[in-house]
Amino acid sequence: MNWPAAQNEAIKHLAMKQFSIFIKKEFTHVLRDRKTLLILFGMPVVQILIFGFALTNEVKNARIAILDQANDPASHQLITKIAASKYFETEQAVMNRRQMEDAFKRGSIRLAVIFPANFNNELLHQHNAGIQVIADASDPNNATTLTSYVTAIIQDYLAALNKTGQTPYRISPEIRMLYNPQLKGASNFVPGVMALVLMLVCVMMTAVSIVKEKETGTMEILLVSSFKPLLVIASKAVPYLMLSLVNVASILLLSVFVLDLPVNGNVFLLFAESTLFIITCLTLGIFISVKTSSQQVAMLISLMGMLLPTILFSGFMFPIENMPVALQLISNIIPAKWYYIIVKAIMIKGSGFNAIWKETLILSGITVFLLIVSLKSFKIRLS
Amino acid sequence: MNEPVIKTNKLTKRFGGFIAADEITFTVDQGEIFGFLGANGAGKTTAMRMLCGLSIPSSGQATIAGFDVYKQTEQIKKNIGYMSQKFSLYEDLTILENIRFFGGIYGLSDRQLKTKSEELIDKLGLQNEAKKLVASLPLGWKQKLSFSVAILHEPKIVFLDEPTGGVDPVTRRQFWDLIYNAADNGVTIFVTTHYMDEAEYCNRISIMVDGKIKALDSPANLKASFGVGSMDEVFYELARGAKRSD
Amino acid sequence: MMEAVVVKDLSKVYDKDKTAVDAVSFSVEQGEIFGLIGPDGAGKTSIFRMLTTLLLPDGGSATVDGFDVVKDYKQIRSRVGYMPGKFSLYQDLTVEENLNFFAVIFNTTVQENYHLIKDIYMQLEPFKTRRAGKLSGGMKQKLALCCALIHKPSVLFLDEPTTGVDPVSRKEFWEMLKKLKAQNISIVVSTPYMDEANLCDHIALIQSGKILSVDSPANIVRSYPEDLYAIKAENMRSLLKALHQYNEVLDSYAFGEYAHVAFKDKHPDLSKIRTYLEQQGVNGTDLKKTEVTIEDSFIKLLKN
Repeated sequence: MNWPAAQNEAIKHLAMKQFSIFIKKEFTHVLRDRKTLLILFGMPVVQILIFGFALTNEVKNARIAILDQANDPASHQLITKIAASKYFETEQAVMNRRQMEDAFKRGSIRLAVIFPANFNNELLHQHNAGIQVIADASDPNNATTLTSYVTAIIQDYLAALNKTGQTPYRISPEIRMLYNPQLKGASNFVPGVMALVLMLVCVMMTAVSIVKEKETGTMEILLVSSFKPLLVIASKAVPYLMLSLVNVASILLLSVFVLDLPVNGNVFLLFAESTLFIITCLTLGIFISVKTSSQQVAMLISLMGMLLPTILFSGFMFPIENMPVALQLISNIIPAKWYYIIVKAIMIKGSGFNAIWKETLILSGITVFLLIVSLKSFKIRLS
Repeated sequence: MNEPVIKTNKLTKRFGGFIAADEITFTVDQGEIFGFLGANGAGKTTAMRMLCGLSIPSSGQATIAGFDVYKQTEQIKKNIGYMSQKFSLYEDLTILENIRFFGGIYGLSDRQLKTKSEELIDKLGLQNEAKKLVASLPLGWKQKLSFSVAILHEPKIVFLDEPTGGVDPVTRRQFWDLIYNAADNGVTIFVTTHYMDEAEYCNRISIMVDGKIKALDSPANLKASFGVGSMDEVFYELARGAKRSD
Repeated sequence: MMEAVVVKDLSKVYDKDKTAVDAVSFSVEQGEIFGLIGPDGAGKTSIFRMLTTLLLPDGGSATVDGFDVVKDYKQIRSRVGYMPGKFSLYQDLTVEENLNFFAVIFNTTVQENYHLIKDIYMQLEPFKTRRAGKLSGGMKQKLALCCALIHKPSVLFLDEPTTGVDPVSRKEFWEMLKKLKAQNISIVVSTPYMDEANLCDHIALIQSGKILSVDSPANIVRSYPEDLYAIKAENMRSLLKALHQYNEVLDSYAFGEYAHVAFKDKHPDLSKIRTYLEQQGVNGTDLKKTEVTIEDSFIKLLKN
């Protein structure tokens, strides 16, 4: 069929007009509902305060790197000891400082131990050798736990050595905390709270507001009109996308000015990645709303089915490394996990896009998948 | 003559500046079928809530089955039954389970429950449906069951809020047979309805307009005093002057 | 002239075995008021939802304005007006906002078809900045009607617009429908109130998913097979009891202040009946022939 251009134009114009009045209506709903509004914007603040108390966790199988510039008997002995520990998984392949730094940025290692060139000599002849321990302190709990494990192993090694000689040997570890030298807990939970808040706002609010139209019967009227049903969904998403961006901004402002935690990376990149995650959450919300018909059920599924996994599997409350393999695998399908890694990388490590492109790709994949599934299951009729 | 079972004197309920029920005064005798009519928003629901002990009046007096609506709401609740427009049984329980549950709530003993529920199922002819979910019953049957459950504990008064809304004309009449039977057994019936033919089945009716009782008499006397032939016209005469609606 | 709605053997089955609508057929002429009269649960809402393309039929077919409800759902959606049973507007938007919103959604403006809703909207105008949730029941209903009319639909579907509404507001509502009919809008309306049947041009009496009868109200009443009598007595209960036991009686039931009675005999001996009632101790009787109403026809059809 060949539409005349003018008619085509008119149809586009109508769709835009319908779209915009719908979005306007959504904003009116949100702005008139004072209580929800308070929760929406009060929640980030409250959560940041609540999660201020970080939790201590034991860390197992943390990936660490060893930079052996000495390559002598003493360093080999100590490396064997460290490698034998159940707490670490040693990555020997690290060659130079640059590579080590990259590994830190990528997040593939949590800690590095560096032996100086003449470690054996200094230890045996001067009875005092230096050693450098560098930890990724963007997760401060992890960092302190890991460094204490390393020093414990070193002490253990010395104790065995000192049994034989008269003059005690000493190794003085020089500990450096990368990214977060003051070990601020905030650096850990701010990205977590961002993931949580966005999840809550986008998934739950979208799901509930679409289901509400079904419950009150307005969906029936909308369906019996020339309005494209998919526009209903698109117009629901826009206001919550905007609200969520406001929330991201407010959390970042809080973290910079109240918690003294700067954004080390590119702010635009951070917002772009957040927008991607918000879209993921919106599609999740839409998916829930397509599958349910009452507000309570929608809310329950959003809370139990989305929020709980986010808290459990994103890695910000419980280290994923410690979980059984099955749970670690599950954590991979949780969008919040990837967003959490991305935010930490940008905010704390100051990484650029090249360090997080993989996570971004995974997140985009999940989003596209969800979008296709929910569009496929969207019904243009009742039941 | 016995003391009236419902007695109100200038009963009033205010919500802020809004007077929902305005100095309502009337009495209802034992075993009487009392129709409580009014346009939407005239204050019927508010008045009924006060009489059931669900809402404390702003001023005035009322006694229900001899108990004071201010201080003895618990005793009132023990002596009344209530059935609302919206079906008030559990859809996901069977008929028998519903009867047992509500009987239990009203404090019937196990033995009473057993005999009562058998009696009721026989009376309604629901022997084959007793173990089916209430959700599977037609609306008319639900309403009849709901009414029977509301009088299971032999209350002195039963309040019915639009019990026959949307029910077919045959079942509606069967429902009124149940009401008559209960009234014959001495239960006082206090009923609201939008069906004007049902107003004719009441011994006396009151018509509320804008929070006040504008008329109170037997259907025949009301028609005579308004000089009209049907309750529909009486109602229309009174309610069309109404200022407010809900 | 094409019919506004044609329904042929339309069926709807829920959960595989619950037949809500059972091979229903009727047609609605253009510019008439057609009433679906029946109690709750008769299948009225399911029929409405199939005609407004919200539900797919499980059997039979239907057209609205010549369009098929399954294939041509898009065309139907842009040309019908629909008012669901529940109040289905945005409670947190004002009267004006609701109306504007639905106007745009339905691809029109309030000004374009203002003449259609003018009479109704004038009553709402004083409250136009009030939120819909704060309106009275009658006002909500008027607003919903305005919203359903705003795009000048050719067929208007009203699902139980008067349920739970008091007699005065019901009368007003039917007055509005008459005016709309005069503007050549076809109206399909459902109601559980039998007395509203007389206000329709044609009606379908419906119970348990089946149509008992379709015709004009006058024809339905005319086809009542027996003569119907109304009897009044001082005590209605004893009258009904006595009539029930009388074997000359075909059917009897309460009807407002009277009992309606049909006799087995085409020409019953009224004096014999009076004597019988007196013997039974029923006093103050008044016996006369009476007009059949739709409710009588419905009861008759239900009992068959």
